[in-house]
Amino acid sequence: MHLLLLLLEPLLKIAVVIGGLMTAAAYLVLVERWMAAWMQDRLGPNRVGIPLTKIRLFGLGQPIADGVKFLCKAEFTQEHVDKALFLLAPLIMFITAMAAFAVVPFGSVIPPDIFPASWGIKEPIRLMVAPGLDVGIIYMFALGSIAVYGVVLGGWASNNKYSFLGGLRSSAQLVSYELPLGLGIVGVLLASGSLRLDAIIGEQARTGVWNILTQPLGFLVFCVASFAEAARLPFDLPEAEQELVGGYHTEYLGIKLMMYLVAEFLHMVTAAFLLVILFLGGWHLWGLTGAGEVVTWPIALLRVIVLLAKVMGMILFFMLCRWSWPRFRYDQLMDIAWKVMIPLGLVNLIVVATCNEFGMPLARWMGVSAEWAMMAAGWFALLASWLVVSLLDPTAGGNRPRHLRPAEAIPADWEAQS
Amino acid sequence: MTANDPNTRQNPHDLPPTGESAAKGPAAAGKKIAWVREPELGMAGRSYLMLFLQGLRTTLRHLLSRKTTVQSPEQRHVVPDPLIYRGVHRLNRDAQGRVKCVACFLCATACPAHCIDIVPAESPWPDRQKYPQSFTIDELRCIFCGMCEEACPVQAIELTSLYDLSGKSREEMVFDKAKLLSVFDQTKDAEPMTKGTGTFFGLPVSNEGTPGPAEK
Repeated sequence: MHLLLLLLEPLLKIAVVIGGLMTAAAYLVLVERWMAAWMQDRLGPNRVGIPLTKIRLFGLGQPIADGVKFLCKAEFTQEHVDKALFLLAPLIMFITAMAAFAVVPFGSVIPPDIFPASWGIKEPIRLMVAPGLDVGIIYMFALGSIAVYGVVLGGWASNNKYSFLGGLRSSAQLVSYELPLGLGIVGVLLASGSLRLDAIIGEQARTGVWNILTQPLGFLVFCVASFAEAARLPFDLPEAEQELVGGYHTEYLGIKLMMYLVAEFLHMVTAAFLLVILFLGGWHLWGLTGAGEVVTWPIALLRVIVLLAKVMGMILFFMLCRWSWPRFRYDQLMDIAWKVMIPLGLVNLIVVATCNEFGMPLARWMGVSAEWAMMAAGWFALLASWLVVSLLDPTAGGNRPRHLRPAEAIPADWEAQS
Repeated sequence: MTANDPNTRQNPHDLPPTGESAAKGPAAAGKKIAWVREPELGMAGRSYLMLFLQGLRTTLRHLLSRKTTVQSPEQRHVVPDPLIYRGVHRLNRDAQGRVKCVACFLCATACPAHCIDIVPAESPWPDRQKYPQSFTIDELRCIFCGMCEEACPVQAIELTSLYDLSGKSREEMVFDKAKLLSVFDQTKDAEPMTKGTGTFFGLPVSNEGTPGPAEK
């Protein structure tokens, strides 16, 4: 009986995660279209409801209609593509995007006492697919790096110059932003002392201080980098539909295109989960969810709700950002990665490491608690480095040599001369 | 043309400016170039903070604003001024119910899309020489520019405010004289004919009597 449960538990979790993610991805597309429409003073999709009736349900049938449309498309493979790689690329992208969720906690734990005693469950059930994986976040980053292959291979296998350009730009962007992404989390790993995402949440819940409060600079770097990794505006250079006809997936259609699109959405969901888990306290909310491992079932439910609400808030922020700022130029994109975000990430790392090493004696000497000292150091580092970046402004006019920038190159009496 | 000319340099990164070219600037090459100064960013612009907040404020304001969508089949778009709207054409009738057109071909000549086809015939009425035996407009070719309406000396062709033009075949969308006259019958109450007066080959025309050159 116990062995059967042991097998059933991960299978059930996988079913819930895959089903939940696919449904969430479909409905997030609808949410994104609504958000886009509302921000442009339109109403958005609101017609598709229950088929063959006049019931509209605010357009909630739209994702199902879209999915059916994708599935019913003719499965056509162009003559000029590299067939094996053409098929492999979206699969890589989709599988890595899904597999990354194996180590993402969807809540805290299910207490064992809500099951009948005859089931023999003694341990609390952790709400993640692979709770025993100690390398959690490294596993996620490894999969995220493999996802770049999906983009590059898709662009290459399509044998089309637009796709190729899209793949090229995308690979450079994704590889560049891996660095600030990594630097952003190193501070969190130092502070919490674990690679496991549930342990990172547990540490934030135990101290009651979310990592965004002590490492605002790390949050900034990680947030910008995860926007770029998920290829969301203002960093959506891989697709840049106005310039590249859709980028690396120009040649794709039907179910293969759907895999790409779903994977892109899942990247955004992953980024939102990571931001919430690493920096925004995961399932923790002061005075509401408690902090310990031993919970009653209402608290367990509350933790799931709090976590998912935070993730939804982050996703809405992603969608809001999409329409708030124009896309960066390619050289600006690279400048932001190499000249701004990587140095800022290093500054954050140094500050966190110093606080970890010397924070306690320093705090005792100053007469405040260690958390307050870390928060003060973190916010000071944010303000100071932001000020330095603003003063130096490494991204301005970066595509021209300094002596040809307008201020220097234009003679004072240019109007008279021309 | 020197090696330092900014317009001919291969790689400007490699070549620092000499004092001469920096002083004279691009105009030294003898080219008439109008330089546009990029606005200098202040601290607020360089820190991206104000731009960040401005972007968010704009989208958030629109997120909550009143929506302008017209839910088309149930709600109808209200044309603000039907008399100046450029929708489906109509052929106007005069007081006796005859077609006003004198088959002068001015509209067909003015039409940039060449969608008007007129077959003239000798007029059965004494007040004009010609009338259109057939008058067809290919509504699919039409670009709704309104130049036919402007060219017409007798206010016989006008654009109405009917905008939801649709059909099931291309043939159906070629409107003949009867159809164009029926559009007039349909819209004449809501959109009265233009009370314009003008001249046609030096002769005064008005909306009241049937205009046109006098009979020989």
